[in-house]
Amino acid sequence: MSDVVEKTLTALPSLLSLDSHPGSAKLSSTSKLGNLIRGITELTSKHEEEKLIQHELLAIKEQVSSPNTTMRQMKELMVRSIYCEMLGYEASFSYIHAIKLAQQGTVLEKRVGYLAVSLFLNESHELLLLLVNTVLKDLQSTNLIEVCMALTVVSQMFPKDMIPAILPLVEEKLNHPKEIIRRKAVLALYKFYLIAPNQVQHIHNKFRKALCDKDPGVMTASLHIYLQMIQENPEAYKDLTPSFVTILKQVVGGKLPMDFNYHTVPAPWLQIQLLRILSLLGKNDQSTSEVMYEVLDESLQRAEMNHNITYAILYECVKCIYTIHPKSDLLEKAAKCIGNFVLSPKINLKYLGLKALTYVVQQDPKLALQHQMTIIECLDHPDLIIKRETLELLFRITNGQNVTVIVEKMLEFLCISEDDHTTIDLVGKVAELAEKYPLKYNEWFIETMNTVFSLGGDMMQPDIPNSFLKLLSEGFDSVEEDRKLRLFAVNSYIPLLRGEPGKLPQRFLQVISWVLGEYSHLREDLEPAEVLSLLAKLLDMKNSSSETKSWVLMAMTKLCKGGADASVTQEVSETYSSSLDTVLRQRAHELQYLSQDPELRARVLPRGAKPETLEVDSSLSFLDRFVSEALAAGAAPYKPPHQRQEELDQSKALSLEPYGLSLPISMSSCSITDRQSPTLLSMSSGLSGDTLKLDGIKRVWGREGYLAQREPVEEAAQVEVPSPIQSPGRQGEGDSLHSQTPTQTPTPEPEQEKQQLASSLFVGLASQSSVSLMGKSEPMPQRFRRKAKGQGLGSSFIANEQISSSLISPPSAVDNLLCNNLLDSNNASELAEQTSQLSQSLTTANGTCHAEAELTESDTKGCNPALRRDNCVVAAGPGPHNDPGRLTEVCLDSYLPAELSGLSHSEIAPLCANQSLNLSACHVQKEDSLILVVFIMNSSESAIQQIPAGEVTSYSVAVGQYSLTVKRPAVHVEVVGTVSYQLPAGTSQSLQFSYKVPLTSFIRPFVVSTEEYGTMWLSFSHDTKQNLTLINDNQEPLTATLNALKKKLQLHVVEVIGMEGIVACRLLQDLPCLMHCRVNAGWLAVWLRSPVPDLPDCLIYHCQRALQSL
Amino acid sequence: WRRNHRNTSCVIMSNNMQFMLLFSRQGKLRLQKWYVPLSDKEKKKITRELVQTVLARKPKMCSFLEWRDLKIVYKRYASLYFCCAIEDQDNELITLEIIHRYVELLDKYFGSVCELDIIFNFEKAYFILDEFLLGGEAQETSKKNVLKAIEQADLLQEVRYVIKPPWEQ
Repeated sequence: MSDVVEKTLTALPSLLSLDSHPGSAKLSSTSKLGNLIRGITELTSKHEEEKLIQHELLAIKEQVSSPNTTMRQMKELMVRSIYCEMLGYEASFSYIHAIKLAQQGTVLEKRVGYLAVSLFLNESHELLLLLVNTVLKDLQSTNLIEVCMALTVVSQMFPKDMIPAILPLVEEKLNHPKEIIRRKAVLALYKFYLIAPNQVQHIHNKFRKALCDKDPGVMTASLHIYLQMIQENPEAYKDLTPSFVTILKQVVGGKLPMDFNYHTVPAPWLQIQLLRILSLLGKNDQSTSEVMYEVLDESLQRAEMNHNITYAILYECVKCIYTIHPKSDLLEKAAKCIGNFVLSPKINLKYLGLKALTYVVQQDPKLALQHQMTIIECLDHPDLIIKRETLELLFRITNGQNVTVIVEKMLEFLCISEDDHTTIDLVGKVAELAEKYPLKYNEWFIETMNTVFSLGGDMMQPDIPNSFLKLLSEGFDSVEEDRKLRLFAVNSYIPLLRGEPGKLPQRFLQVISWVLGEYSHLREDLEPAEVLSLLAKLLDMKNSSSETKSWVLMAMTKLCKGGADASVTQEVSETYSSSLDTVLRQRAHELQYLSQDPELRARVLPRGAKPETLEVDSSLSFLDRFVSEALAAGAAPYKPPHQRQEELDQSKALSLEPYGLSLPISMSSCSITDRQSPTLLSMSSGLSGDTLKLDGIKRVWGREGYLAQREPVEEAAQVEVPSPIQSPGRQGEGDSLHSQTPTQTPTPEPEQEKQQLASSLFVGLASQSSVSLMGKSEPMPQRFRRKAKGQGLGSSFIANEQISSSLISPPSAVDNLLCNNLLDSNNASELAEQTSQLSQSLTTANGTCHAEAELTESDTKGCNPALRRDNCVVAAGPGPHNDPGRLTEVCLDSYLPAELSGLSHSEIAPLCANQSLNLSACHVQKEDSLILVVFIMNSSESAIQQIPAGEVTSYSVAVGQYSLTVKRPAVHVEVVGTVSYQLPAGTSQSLQFSYKVPLTSFIRPFVVSTEEYGTMWLSFSHDTKQNLTLINDNQEPLTATLNALKKKLQLHVVEVIGMEGIVACRLLQDLPCLMHCRVNAGWLAVWLRSPVPDLPDCLIYHCQRALQSL
Repeated sequence: WRRNHRNTSCVIMSNNMQFMLLFSRQGKLRLQKWYVPLSDKEKKKITRELVQTVLARKPKMCSFLEWRDLKIVYKRYASLYFCCAIEDQDNELITLEIIHRYVELLDKYFGSVCELDIIFNFEKAYFILDEFLLGGEAQETSKKNVLKAIEQADLLQEVRYVIKPPWEQ
């Protein structure tokens, strides 16, 4: 049978012409389904339909359970069941029969069976388990169609736990001669990857094969997997960038078969997928981004046809260009492209344009300026979705100056929106904006928050009222302002309560009660008695929740003074002291007692008290005993959710590089080329966390948007530049910029009103002045930097040089041992700040150099080493003696700083050299730290300046030492740095180096007792197991092996008991790692545990190496 | 201080379609395909809400909708509405074209498709959809290949019908 099918299939292409109308698919009008459908359309009421369907379902039920029903009839029955389910009637009795049909039917019946299963069941349905065997059988079928059906159903739903059962078969299909099978197999694996990434770890190389498949369909399918994997760990796939670029180039160039064209555009889905992958790869990575500039440019140019699909590609392209490392001409083109979108009369394109704009204004807020009139129009657009997206855009460009207008627009929208989701989202945003700028506009703030509370109602995020109250109670710097703010709040609430408080949401009532309880005394003309009676009114309202009531009671407790008020409070407390709600009862009793005892009340609820910080034993240390007893009794140690998640992630990461082979990890892709301009990095702290690495290329934008150089000359005047920094270089660059100021683009007499709105909305965007663009008005923390004054002849000339080169070229006269700090620099300071900072640092340095040693970390996600140089000791004195002439044989040993010379150090390795400098380095192990010593040797005839030590005369040596620590372990840790220096001729140069330290240098013995070891062992969560070779040299093998490890790796052998040994070590000061060894069948079974992820894996690698080298 | 707002700064993308619905101008569901596991109750609720929302839209309006935390992309072809749900970061335009490509496929298969074709042959419409989109991702974008796969499977039907003895028909 199946042979026949195979033959039919291969003959198919010739038999089928695509133009033939497979009209045979039209349904015979006499079928039962046809009757059912017609029957339903003739009905007039929902009730009749229900009756008919119930009747139908009964008939189906009877038939499916009859033993005489053939599979062919069953197929028909299943189709009818599907139909009934689609109409919303449950036909769960047929589920099992669908599975049976998939199992027992012939190919065609199977097809319907599988379809019914995929429509009826979802991933977690228990019946799905019954399908596993059928799938297994069909995957092994020689009938292509059966295999296809099995793969199709597997890619839609499959029980996670059963993946291993079919995985080998699916894997095998990757080599199938038919591309349709290969493609479906890839998609099935993609599904597996999504639901159980660990299960497909071992076949990652097969994905690569799929990527290289000769069939474009299979290759396209594999991109789904790659997109997912790259999203999780871009670092691991950087090497594929050129391949993706090449593929995209071919696609764009029309090298794919015509079949893949869609309306004459070559493989648009594929293009979009590739663009997404590229943007992930190029993000924050200059060298990778550079590879793709050309193809992105080409994509932009090719996509010229006026069709949705080209716009879809363009949109993705623009997003990619704004995500990767910026390139100015591409950015310009992309900006123009966005303009086409936004200005398009087609509403869908306009929407996407706004969305793109929303995305890019985060990089470049000024782009919004070009389109301000369009944005204003969109704000009044009849279609709410356009309005909504416009508000989203405005939210991103809010600053201290336009916040009131933008918030007003948002509130307007809130009033007309009926969708809960939108309300919650917008209310959150308004509150966020209002709280960001509360100080400037007291009354505005309170009024806005009042609107937020009344509109947001009880749907809004609960933290909005909380943080509002917190803001109010903590206050700001000025006591007077605080008082005004609170008073204003009180003033605005009283009329609300006098009005119709029943209409206010519960959350708002709670806020009101709290504020009145705390601050109503600020209003002197207000009698507490009146406030009390207003509050008491709230209690009587029948829609007040008991939570609100307890807030009200609390407020009353704060207010009551006895005397005249006593009657109200008395009555209230009596009513509620017998309440069924325990909280209310409690509050009522409190009210009763405290109202009678003013002294006690003053003590318990002091007026105007600043919120105290409560001391909470968040570690729950009082439970320690209980925990240790439980652990001793064999309980598993607790792992917090995030740790569990982390472990899960780690197991994913591990799969990529099995530890035996992870040696090249440390030669991470953040190579030296990224660090060509260290001083720039240190100067431009505004570029923040995802530091942009720029050299050669003009810096186009920072987090705050376009940098000053890019501004038109007219605007440059607005930039607050400290007077000495009037640089000719800066002025010259204005011309490269297309005009961006709104006032320059003449609008043909737009309506006055709109103009006004525009000017209020876009205020603060036009200039890079002291107002922060993205609305971050709070002062940014200055980036940590250390300055060590050096001496030398830096001269004011250098200082000038530095200034005029402004931010474009790195000031040359600064030494840096600089790696790239990704973690610590989350601040974004502004340009103005930068410039003033710059001049400041110059003045402190007083025209001479200053050595900056920035502590850095190269923590690129994944397994790259993270370095922490926490204690940077810059500048050791010049070497003890000069030894001109015999430079090659200079014994650098003698330059080791005296305090280190007694300690053992690694071999002094040459790092790099040029005609004037020779760099060497070694590391010295101290008990509690690892010192990196860098020797800078001047091999030229003349003196060199601006090295950490100041001047290094000809043929002498300067030494710098840096203490290293490890944050995240890797097999090898790489330190990357740059030395910048100044030749006498005035030319500045820099020299980069990298230095690799094995992890073992950081390992220190860890002396613990066996008991301590026991407790620690249980509490550590990251572990790894491995068998190691035993040493057999006449000694007892366990002892011999442990001793060898001890010697090589500085481990501490805690105890040896029979065939087992326990060993402990730690990474420098902290970060312990425990090792349990047991001799088993000629191997040493080692089990490592540590609280630090990766440490066990790295350590076992070194253990292996150590034992191999013996 | 965390608040749930759209984070357009992160570029997380998977064009994973959440579900696809086909319904008539009268609001009758013609096809439903769910790519995320949901309970029947949930599905019914979503369908009801969406059908209502989409039918209320005016013809010149945007084809995109914000709905809960999802984006709805819909398009009307004659009497049928095609409606897909995608995530917020996804590309709405390409989803619109996915719908269009699906309509093209149906059209080619049925030969100028109409609503009745889909009503009476909905299982065929499902087969085509499964061949085109798998697990919410565009599986095969070549029109020829999709139809080839469907017709190969269909042909078995014809062949079998031929070899069946007449009395069994």
